[in-house]
Amino acid sequence: MNRFDYVRPGTVAEAVQALGADPAARFIAGGTNLIDLMKYDVEKPGKLIDITRLPLGEIEESDGGLRIGALVTNAALAYDARIKERYPLLSSAILAGASAQLRNAASTGGNLLQRTRCYYFYDTATPCNKREPGTGCSAIGGVNRIHAILGASDQCIATHPSDMCVALAALEATVQVSGPQGDRAIPFAEFHRLPGDEPSRDTNLAPGEIIVAIDLPAQTFTTHYTYLKLRDRLSYAFALVSVAAALELDGQTIRTARLALGGVAHKPWRNGEAEALLQGQTATRKTFEAAADLILREAKPQSTNGFKIELARRAIVRGLEQAAAGTPQSQSDKRIQ
Amino acid sequence: MLIDSGSPGAVGTIGITLTINGERRELQVAPWTTLLDLLRERLDLTGTKKGCDHGQCGACTVLVNGTRINSCLTLAVMKDGAEITTVEGLAGLGQREGKNSLHPIQEAFVEHDAFQCGYCTPGQLCSSVGLMNEGHAKTRDEIREAMSGNICRCGAYTNIVDAIEEVMHQGDAR
Ligand SMILES: Cc1cc2nc3c(=O)[nH]c(=O)nc-3n(C[C@H](O)[C@H](O)[C@H](O)COP(=O)(O)OP(=O)(O)OC[C@H]3O[C@@H](n4cnc5c(N)ncnc54)[C@H](O)[C@@H]3O)c2cc1C
Ligand code: SF4
Ligand code: FES
Ligand code: FES
Repeated sequence: MNRFDYVRPGTVAEAVQALGADPAARFIAGGTNLIDLMKYDVEKPGKLIDITRLPLGEIEESDGGLRIGALVTNAALAYDARIKERYPLLSSAILAGASAQLRNAASTGGNLLQRTRCYYFYDTATPCNKREPGTGCSAIGGVNRIHAILGASDQCIATHPSDMCVALAALEATVQVSGPQGDRAIPFAEFHRLPGDEPSRDTNLAPGEIIVAIDLPAQTFTTHYTYLKLRDRLSYAFALVSVAAALELDGQTIRTARLALGGVAHKPWRNGEAEALLQGQTATRKTFEAAADLILREAKPQSTNGFKIELARRAIVRGLEQAAAGTPQSQSDKRIQ
Repeated sequence: MLIDSGSPGAVGTIGITLTINGERRELQVAPWTTLLDLLRERLDLTGTKKGCDHGQCGACTVLVNGTRINSCLTLAVMKDGAEITTVEGLAGLGQREGKNSLHPIQEAFVEHDAFQCGYCTPGQLCSSVGLMNEGHAKTRDEIREAMSGNICRCGAYTNIVDAIEEVMHQGDAR
């Protein structure tokens, strides 16, 4: 780990000011991603701005929904009574991720901004356009089992590793940020980016901005939802493919459908056309297969991850079946019903 | 600013206060010292183990204000003011009249043969106490899932779950 200075602001304004004054500085919240990357010299901040004492640790009612402070831990969020009751999809997705210890430390804001788990991104001895723009992408033609099948570019095929973000995408959350130019709200779908020709940028957060909160809208999906995560071992492993599905049904007719995929792209993947296709249809396997086919029509395999296309197809269908039946995937009994 | 380590690039140290296993300590630490390295390298509390140093094994699990975290992925300065319990302090937490000096979970680990080489054990013990403090896991499946952040290369998992189940049902968690 490199040597760095350390400051601990007491207000959001001080934190923003400290970051604005020093381009080499980084915020630190739970530290579970940043310290890991610093140990590999992938991140070498000149200064750490410890934001853990800022007053951003509450979950509050807001416009019929909830406002989650950026410092609420992943564990506190997943087990909050209001979240469990009104946004069980979010609770489930968080509990599918990492370990109890990590969820106790990790923050809401940090979860959104965690970096990819691409092996080459972590290995400073190899070229990587995300870490060092212009050096090339080692994953293309390399070991890319965990890489993207949707929305990748010829510059970068990394995936976003978060589970929580997949649920937030399906729930259509809003990210509240504060920065040198003032406060603004970013719809979740516009928060993370596709790699394009600028893979070093994971998100549309502007330089100097801090996440202060995540807003959940009033619409909840309390019955017909699931978070289905498929991975190499049953716990404490990142998703190969995950599905957040949320439906509103009128009898067997789908009134509203939300579907977001994790582990397949540089951001939680949604497809408006597929969701529109589901709306008004009967909740049958055939309907779900048509949606899966539509989503995966544009999927492209890399050298060693072609299996993920079929895996994603089956996960989408099974996820929608679980949601329609109102039998969400358990995150402790891992049998997939 | 609550704390400012000072000038750019100065290899400064920062004064922090930690209560470790019940003992209050004033310490000067460099900001890049992880809580794990502080415990092991500076304070000779080598019970807490370094397995991977990257959050992937749980050997470094300690309790911070009663909550279990990976001490390898947090900086000591960030925990200024906190109460830390390591495996060395568990017995103190568990001490009751008329009992011997181990924490009930330590006794149960011995009773159930919940280790072989013992390297993961300090982390498993702290994690077990953290799990019981949290109070979310009730069934065997839930205990297994909630302990997934502690890897045991010897594969003592079944006996570890037995030990936790027993203590949980005694209601002996602190
Ligand atoms: C072994 C392991 C397994 C894991 N498994 C999973 C998994 O299965 N699923 C999953 O979803 N995640 C998993 N994680 C990742 C974990 O969820 C993230 O590391 C965590 O959410 C990051 O949050 P943090 O508060 O610790 O972030 P930090 O490490 O403190 O920060 C991460 C980044 O966010 C920035 N930042 C933090 N807060 C703010 C803010 N409020 N405003 C602006 N910038 C900010 C920091 O500057 C830094 O760049 C795993 C991690 C490990 C180590
Ligand atoms: S996939 Fe992206 S992160 Fe991985 S090596 Fe290529 S450019 Fe780097
Ligand atoms: S040493 Fe901290 S998790 Fe492995
Ligand atoms: S007892 Fe040997 S690693 Fe767990």
